[in-house]
Amino acid sequence: MSAVVPAAVSQTWYMTQRQLLVYLRQPAYLLITLIQPVVWLFLFGSLFRKVVELGGFGTTSYLDYLVPGVVVMSALSSNMWAGMTTLDEIQRGTLNRFLTTPVSRAALMNGNVVNNGLVTALQSVVIVLLGLLGGADYPGGAVGVLVLIVAAVLLGTIFGAFSNALGMLVRERESIIGVNTFLLLPLTFLSSAFMAPSGMPGWMRHAADLNPLDWAMVAGRSALSADPDWGAVLLRGGGLLALAVAAVWLSIRTFRSYQRSV
Amino acid sequence: MSIPAHAVEPAAGTAARPAVAARRLIKTYPGDVTALNGIDITVEQGTVFGLLGPNGAGKSTTVKILTTLARPDSGTAVVAGHDVLRHPDRVRRAIGVVAQNSGADPVATGRENLLLQGRLYGMRGAALVRRVDGLLERFGLADAAPRQVKGYSGGMRRRLDVALGLVHRPEVLFLDEPTTGLDPEARTAMWDEIARLAGDEGLTILLTTHHLEEADRLAERIAIVDRGRVVVDGTPDSLKGELRGDAVHVELRSPLGDSGRTLLEGALIRVPGVHETLYDGRRISVRADDGAVAMPALLGVLERAGVGVAAATVARPSLDDVYLRYAGRRYAEAEAAGTERLALAGGVR
Repeated sequence: MSAVVPAAVSQTWYMTQRQLLVYLRQPAYLLITLIQPVVWLFLFGSLFRKVVELGGFGTTSYLDYLVPGVVVMSALSSNMWAGMTTLDEIQRGTLNRFLTTPVSRAALMNGNVVNNGLVTALQSVVIVLLGLLGGADYPGGAVGVLVLIVAAVLLGTIFGAFSNALGMLVRERESIIGVNTFLLLPLTFLSSAFMAPSGMPGWMRHAADLNPLDWAMVAGRSALSADPDWGAVLLRGGGLLALAVAAVWLSIRTFRSYQRSV
Repeated sequence: MSIPAHAVEPAAGTAARPAVAARRLIKTYPGDVTALNGIDITVEQGTVFGLLGPNGAGKSTTVKILTTLARPDSGTAVVAGHDVLRHPDRVRRAIGVVAQNSGADPVATGRENLLLQGRLYGMRGAALVRRVDGLLERFGLADAAPRQVKGYSGGMRRRLDVALGLVHRPEVLFLDEPTTGLDPEARTAMWDEIARLAGDEGLTILLTTHHLEEADRLAERIAIVDRGRVVVDGTPDSLKGELRGDAVHVELRSPLGDSGRTLLEGALIRVPGVHETLYDGRRISVRADDGAVAMPALLGVLERAGVGVAAATVARPSLDDVYLRYAGRRYAEAEAAGTERLALAGGVR
């Protein structure tokens, strides 16, 4: 196996495996991250189920409308703390230990990205299934679900890489907590997560158009609908991909500057 | 007379290339904190070399450069025959590093940590498993191997750290403050462990420590580092031997003024058998061929000068005396100053 698989790939896998272990050994952690989506889907969803009567939601069930928004929100809130893990690894000396081995530097960063992506995908699947249990309908079928998951993973990658860069740059937990609390609510509410764009005040609608969170929601929601607008899906998916590449590039840059500052 | 280490020619029959050769390393951290101010180190193959100095002296920075983590502003370093700047990858394959915080994965087991470490060096299959089992056995971790590291005691964690550094059979092992934070029992056990490692075929060990006793006990050669420079190096015995004779320490009842001090030092140095005197706070340290013989005359001088004596002791020279002689200050004092400097520099090591 080692003969055919290049070292950088197998090393990326070792690094991913190492991080996945945290979830395998602490399943309670995964359950805790699912409490929020359940609250949004079933408490918030029941409380406001009549808002669909306002029209513009493209469905008659508010739960159908909520699922993509909750998937994307969860991708944001689980990835935006990636920097904390990186900070822990720096302070514990783990990162420096790896840096004195011949492990490829790219594998160290890629392990983070792949791990976060896998966890986001798993989390998204669970939320989609929870929605199904609650009676949500996905006319777009498996392809629609796949598009939603890819969009959620890309969004998670953007914020995960950004959070990692921040962690390596400032090396303070407080800064990560501050930035995250500052971003979380505005990003969530300046999007179509809870309200159809036609029902939003004009300025909020324009703000949402610039919000990558909204891109992921719109792409996923459209792909899950009976009549997907593939042009809109591709446009937003492309935007997410471009931002994800830029964020990963930024985190690699800060990784290099971290190495210089050791 | 001490000879700078880099001038020493290897004895006939031993390998010619030193395991570590660092020349004039300079490193300044942002905020004009000079961590290294021209460090020179030579470590011969198969020996244990101790880098001794207080906190903030530059030991950890030196290790970071030698292990390819940090780059010097200037100077060169060759480790296991490879230049750390030009071929960091070759250096990494040849060295094992046990840092102050080695960061074993707390949720992984001891065995998993070792297996991963081996895989990073390209080790695979049965050979890796055999190596890991051997290390677990050797470091008394066989029973703890299937348990998560977060449940390990400080001593167990430290032993795992050392094992992590040895998985790939390195030529040169770096131990950065290997016993810091350990209780006395675990420290003694770690000392035994390091002494055993030193017997391993061909393994070169560079350890840093701020414990004088640790350096004295483990290292065949030591370099004393102070404020980013090597102030002296040699074997512990030669360094102590250089301080010809005994140390006589006299504790005064009250500190002396500058003029009183000059007069007194002038008088003390004329006592037969006395080589040098060092005044430091309330303490006068005198170097004499035979401390017991010189003591009455020394006390007589002090009495005639009307200086009250609180205590007087005669001791064989210790590394503390070596430190005082070459760094010009007491070890404990330098340690306190170093810690303060670290705090001011925001924890730059």
